[in-house]
Amino acid sequence: MWAVEVFAKKESKDENLVRSIHEDLGIDVKNAYSSNVYYFYDDCTEQQKKDVAEKVLTDPVIQDHAFIPRKKEAWIVEVAYKPNVTDPIEQSIIKAVNDIGVEMSSASAAVRYFFPAEMDENEIRKICTEMLANEQVQEYRIGKGGLKAEGKRLKKSTSEGEVKEIELLGADDDELLRISREGILSLNLAEMKQIRDYFEKEKRNPTDAELETIAQTWSEHCKHKTFTGDVLLVNNGKEERIKNLLKSTIMAATNDVGRKRKWLVSVFKDNAGIIKFDENYHLAFKVETHNHPSALDPYGGSATGIGGVIRDVLGAGLGAKPVFNTDVFCFAMPDYNEKLPKHILHPKRTFKGVVAGVRDYGNRMGIPTINGSIHFHERYLGSPLVFCGTGGIMKKGDEEKKPKKGDLVVTMGGKTGRDGIHGVTFASVALEESSPTTAVQIGNPIEEKRMLDALLQALDKRLYTAITDCGGGGFSSAIGEMGKELGVEVWLDKAPLKYMGLKPWEIWVSESQERMIVSVPEKNIEELKKICGKEGTEMSIIGRFTGDKKLVIKYKEKLVVDLEMPFLHGGLPKEERKAVWESSRNKEPDVNEKESYDEDLKKILSNPTVASKEWVVRQYDHEVQGCSIMKPLLGANNDGPGDASIIKPFESEKAVAVSNGMNIRYGLVDSYWMAASAIDEALRNLVAVGGNIEHTALLDNFCWGNTDQPEKLGSLVMAARACRDIGTKYSLPFISGKDSLHNEIMIEGKGINIPDTLLISAISVMDPKNAVSMDIKEDGSVVFIVGKTYDELGASQFYNLFGEIGLNVPKVRPKEGLENMEKLSRAISKGLVRSCHDCSEGGVAVALAEMCFAGGIGMSVCLDNVPFEGERRDYKVLFSESNSRFIVEVAKGKEGEFTKIMGNSAAIMGKTGGKAISVESKGKTIISSDIKELKEAWQRPLKW
Amino acid sequence: MVRALILRSAGINCNDETEKAFQLAGAETEQVHINEIISGAKKLDDYQILAIPGGFSYGDDLGGGKILGNELSNRLKEQLHKFVADKKLVIGICNGFQVLVKTGILPWEGEQTVTLAQNNSKKFECRWVRLTKMKDCAFTKGIDGMYLPVAHGEGKLVTKDKDVLEKLQKQVVFKYCDEKGNETSEYPDNPNGSVENIAGICNETGTVMGMMPHPERHLSFMNSANWTRNGKKIGDGLKIFQNAVEYAEKNLVGK
Repeated sequence: MWAVEVFAKKESKDENLVRSIHEDLGIDVKNAYSSNVYYFYDDCTEQQKKDVAEKVLTDPVIQDHAFIPRKKEAWIVEVAYKPNVTDPIEQSIIKAVNDIGVEMSSASAAVRYFFPAEMDENEIRKICTEMLANEQVQEYRIGKGGLKAEGKRLKKSTSEGEVKEIELLGADDDELLRISREGILSLNLAEMKQIRDYFEKEKRNPTDAELETIAQTWSEHCKHKTFTGDVLLVNNGKEERIKNLLKSTIMAATNDVGRKRKWLVSVFKDNAGIIKFDENYHLAFKVETHNHPSALDPYGGSATGIGGVIRDVLGAGLGAKPVFNTDVFCFAMPDYNEKLPKHILHPKRTFKGVVAGVRDYGNRMGIPTINGSIHFHERYLGSPLVFCGTGGIMKKGDEEKKPKKGDLVVTMGGKTGRDGIHGVTFASVALEESSPTTAVQIGNPIEEKRMLDALLQALDKRLYTAITDCGGGGFSSAIGEMGKELGVEVWLDKAPLKYMGLKPWEIWVSESQERMIVSVPEKNIEELKKICGKEGTEMSIIGRFTGDKKLVIKYKEKLVVDLEMPFLHGGLPKEERKAVWESSRNKEPDVNEKESYDEDLKKILSNPTVASKEWVVRQYDHEVQGCSIMKPLLGANNDGPGDASIIKPFESEKAVAVSNGMNIRYGLVDSYWMAASAIDEALRNLVAVGGNIEHTALLDNFCWGNTDQPEKLGSLVMAARACRDIGTKYSLPFISGKDSLHNEIMIEGKGINIPDTLLISAISVMDPKNAVSMDIKEDGSVVFIVGKTYDELGASQFYNLFGEIGLNVPKVRPKEGLENMEKLSRAISKGLVRSCHDCSEGGVAVALAEMCFAGGIGMSVCLDNVPFEGERRDYKVLFSESNSRFIVEVAKGKEGEFTKIMGNSAAIMGKTGGKAISVESKGKTIISSDIKELKEAWQRPLKW
Repeated sequence: MVRALILRSAGINCNDETEKAFQLAGAETEQVHINEIISGAKKLDDYQILAIPGGFSYGDDLGGGKILGNELSNRLKEQLHKFVADKKLVIGICNGFQVLVKTGILPWEGEQTVTLAQNNSKKFECRWVRLTKMKDCAFTKGIDGMYLPVAHGEGKLVTKDKDVLEKLQKQVVFKYCDEKGNETSEYPDNPNGSVENIAGICNETGTVMGMMPHPERHLSFMNSANWTRNGKKIGDGLKIFQNAVEYAEKNLVGK
């Protein structure tokens, strides 16, 4: 083994690292900087070593190198990935070294950090464990003055080809549960019994691979047992029976609305929902969660989350080309300052890691990240939520896929390793201290990009008949699902592996990233090989679709799995589960009226949920592909918060707007109105930018606590019902969705559930000419409010200022809401709207402030004309979070025309101008703030 | 007809919009994977324009553009040298600029003398910037300034020493500027801390140009970050590609 250290010619203080250590860990470091160390394991001549170091590893303008890692009067820390983690840089180093004519087969990399020698060792260790190295996937070494080169120690395993029989025949209940628990199968007793009975009929024991296959296929993650199951609901004391929760709620809405909306193409059956875009193209859209892996390793977990959802879209129909990404996160408060429970990362560290993961993967894939939001609540501590979405464009006719008998099973992209084994079954249980770390891996976006480039060319030539991604459950789910109708025989020894020594069942359920399965007619194999060769992506034939309705898996001559497809896919026992729902008994708090609300407004603007997310958004490439026509950051200085982003793909004259709706606080009172409000918010964000209500589709992502608890299942049922009710009344079809129902964390034996969380994502196909942004455009415009304000401060940002929740959460009044939005859309399409912003968290006051500081222009408005229902108070008009409302800027002279369209849905509040916001009520000024100060309050909290 | 080769490799990801730009400018375009040139299936000589688009070639795992630059200088050395010597046009945008600098094609063929180092902010940033033109080359006729997005983590131009910087002056094409068009070192108008606010440079003959901002992302006026505010109806970036095609038509086609 030999090593090269590459370092800056001028090693100067890394100010960012020093600042982060100070801000996040409270340690003051005088100096800190880093270098890179590369390890090589092949013998080379001295000249070759010199060439590698000089030509490949060092930038001669700013860097130097040393062959033996340097001694320094300093603390030296070396951080590297653990031996079982595949680091994508290894492949890159080997490629570059081979390019200069030096043959080499292995390499690895590490980062070295240097800190002043006078620092205390405990401080150094704290910096290592709490910032530099995530011990789930990385390891660190420290030394003072010097640190020996060590490289990577690869563990060898000798269990290749080993197939074990599991003693299931005659096992009693205790024994069945033990087998499930110890194997991390997450199967319950009824399911284990069903499996035992099947094998009793087969007169043999299952193999380890068979049991794993069934566990994967029947997991909550793959089968959505809760959502497709029956429920006995006790609703405020009254019993109701629900047959198939999903079919009776969300899918019912889609079926109903689908009669009207003729542009639905493929809903709830593929990897993503598909709708019509224009005469020649369709759009596919999917949002996934990657919560558990992100809790353990925020960087790797979120990166593989975005990687996975990209493959979902690539595997929708015969394949869609990804054109945008979205991301929504939930974290505990970033300024959390109590003692952290064991094995739980600090929320700020989780936050930074998750953002970095999405950034590095999404940016490298060349897909613009254009929409998202971030939410905070203390009960996300240790259970962060990471939602990643991808939209894609596909040619009309590519929406259907079907493998044919005799087609070959081909795996494309990355190799298979021990990564992510049991990710799926693990996702279906609560996180515990002993959670398996093999469920975590780091992504390789360039591997995925190669595969994507190759697949899009293969699609163009129609070389395959079906495609699906290897996500949760790996080959087991992908091939099992694709061969469900026909039956399939798989040859596991043909799968390319990252390293030797994997057992057949490990290959079968491994969740290694960047792999997809395609079914390829034999005559097309050569052409596919040619494309893959050119793109440098791997492909291997690992089986054949047989037509005998059986799942047969072999490893060389050994029979590993022999299962009937009907049992595998239909054998899961059905259960009725109990749910309880009690309406909230909260009370509204007493609030004293004030003379001035400037301070309250500033405080709300500084709440992290409301505050500017520019620090995050800037790190995402939202312009790549050159199709962005409305950005996430807008206005005079490109830093205002847009309602929705719009892209216009080169392929079409039409554009697509992308938005989301989510407010977890309302769910603290009532999950029904939380869900209803999320739909309203997603829709009004689209309307605000000029979207078309009649060509808008929704996705749902439910993240709940442990729904084995009847109260949690009860609130889930109510949220699903709201989706049905509001979706139907707004005529908004759901086209796809996903649930993650075990977001519970065990801390010292106590289970803590996350808040009920529903994300609604929405896309709207629109005329790009209608695009409107939210920043005030000019002096002298007329400011309107659209929609009526109600006494709805329950769970609002305003009540949050006093630590109150209250009861009156915002409701959705579909008839009124739809009328407001349809009229506003008409006014926008007539070109009457200069800027438009929806009212959400913080109500009217926050919407006005955001519009002003985004545009750099103030306004003077009066509350007296604002339509209000209930007992009128200034703070209610200012901060109530009632749905279906907008603030609109109309050019001077156009107000008559605007009013004619809007009728009594809109009222004049005042006019734009100056550099301050002034709000009057009954002749008194209740807000008077410089927009600069408000902007500063809004920008400061998350400016890291 | 002018033929433009849009280079592809693992991790290049601005190829489609770069191709679109040359198509709109009237060129016949082809996206060619580097492996096709290495294998001999395609020849650089058959084209008048070579575009190296943005992206993260090979993940930029050893620094921006390093691995692709290394591949070009080791596997396509002769072809590339001839292409440049024939005064055919080469444009490198963002990652493509990094590649041109690391192969030593920019600013002068030979040893690497300039680099694009990590931004002063130490992170990847995507934002709109203003450019002012300093000097004409094959790509810049009729352009005074442009409003374009940058999206990079390594865009700070640094020279090996003062002499290099001195010599480079004559080849600086674009600098970052403020709203009034004045060159500025203020962040974020200068988004990365580039020395003397340099955003783009060319070679001595003006036929090879590299720039960090992305003209191919502002082909339509609607791509602009402020089109809803200013009512402008032209996309700034298109002119770069039109100039290239016009130049190639006049000076390179049929010669």
